[in-house]
Amino acid sequence: MSDWVEACDAEDIDEEDVMRFDHEGRTFAIYRSPDDEYFATDGLCTHEKVHLADGLVMDDIIECPKHNGRFNYKTGAARGAPVCVNLRTYPVKLDAGKILIQIG
Amino acid sequence: MTNGMVIIGAGECGGRAALALRDLGYDGPVTLVGDEPHLPYERPPLSKEAMASDAPVIKAIASDEILAERSIRHIHSVQAVAIDRAAHLVRLSDGSDLPYDKLLLATGSTPRKLPMPGLGPRCVYLRTFNDALAIRAHLSARNRIAIVGGGFIGLELAAAARRLGAAVTVIEAQPRILMRGVPAEIAKVIHEAHEAEGVKILCGDGIAAIADDGAEVRIALAGGLDIVADLAVIGIGAVPVIGLAAEAGLTIDNGIAVDAGLRTGDPAIFAAGDCCSFPLAVYGGRRVRLEAWRNAQEQGALAARNMLGAGESHAAVPWFWSDQYGLTLQISGLSDEGRSTVRRDLDDGAFILFHLAEDGRLVAASGIGPGNTVARDIRLAEMLIAKRAKPAPEALGSQTVKLKSLLAA
Repeated sequence: MSDWVEACDAEDIDEEDVMRFDHEGRTFAIYRSPDDEYFATDGLCTHEKVHLADGLVMDDIIECPKHNGRFNYKTGAARGAPVCVNLRTYPVKLDAGKILIQIG
Repeated sequence: MTNGMVIIGAGECGGRAALALRDLGYDGPVTLVGDEPHLPYERPPLSKEAMASDAPVIKAIASDEILAERSIRHIHSVQAVAIDRAAHLVRLSDGSDLPYDKLLLATGSTPRKLPMPGLGPRCVYLRTFNDALAIRAHLSARNRIAIVGGGFIGLELAAAARRLGAAVTVIEAQPRILMRGVPAEIAKVIHEAHEAEGVKILCGDGIAAIADDGAEVRIALAGGLDIVADLAVIGIGAVPVIGLAAEAGLTIDNGIAVDAGLRTGDPAIFAAGDCCSFPLAVYGGRRVRLEAWRNAQEQGALAARNMLGAGESHAAVPWFWSDQYGLTLQISGLSDEGRSTVRRDLDDGAFILFHLAEDGRLVAASGIGPGNTVARDIRLAEMLIAKRAKPAPEALGSQTVKLKSLLAA
């Protein structure tokens, strides 16, 4: 599987922030960590299908804007109530200033 | 210590407490007692547009499988009727006795009853999933719905009823909707959204009389107007469920009175969620009682930790939200602590009001906007409130200054 998709420019996302990326009917969230690494997960919270990109990034945590469900966006691990289902993550790479994710 | 942990009340708070006990590694018996026939479930959807679907479903906090896997015994459809504190026993309505080492009262709240004669089968309250289903059966384009009380439950339900085409009238005795805890500027946005959707809102007029003949309800307002409806939903607030605690001799003070660690005067008994009043550290120990989903969750988890001896104090900032049509309101902190207000406008008509105390400390933030436009800033405001920060009003008011940068300061 080598279905890499270009999502955005690396500079489109601030450090310790998140951006929404929609592709072929699917929605993803792309993160830039405080130490300047990029990550990608499914775009919707596993609790109530809310867009995580409206949420707050703190260190390696994304917090859902609706009910404060938390995930580690690097691993997708759910971090406590009300979320209990992990978030799917996707490989990310940087190529000539562009963010690519492997949506598989 | 072999009797284990007993939790009375299987709602958000009790359910979360039971799960938290297991998360913390407790391996003794955990028993969750609820008077409803359902699994522990989330109540927020009951008044919201999820109810507009053809067949609303329960959003369970834990499935039967999870409860079984985590050895949480769930006794449903049963009430706790008495506590024998000397013997460490809870008497249940089925006649059985449940022994405990530690007891958590998470009995919640119940709708405040309208103290008037004339109410009948077409006058209902909303608290449980079954209440919601009964109301749902009346929500259609053929029906007229009267909502008594312009609070969150009533307004959210009004939005759901409009989604299904019902004719909706909201009756509020106060001069405006959402008098309690919501700034007028934000209540106005919500008021206008309802009017744009065709809801009739009548403020500042009391109810003189109600007549319910079983087929329709006639509500006579003091100002002379008559509202006729197929169903009247009464949403005029909630009162804590304290009977069990009061009869057991525990202190009651606008709810079951607990300390910052959620302990009652009895070292074996804790109370958490809607049913308890507690000192709120962020406002110098002001005693409050909160009716909010996240508070129920957080206090359930805190009670679990302290039942296991953690000795922690409640430190959270209150937070709640409401969804109506495409709008979401979020408030963190208690806005009545503020003496002045700074407004920050965001994109898409969204805005946030920051409430500052006399000494400049940020004490609350209220925001409204489409979708989740205010969520991130309200969350950051909550962190500033928790830090007891005194951000510059100019910075708060300017959309170009990131709130996150104020947090680092």
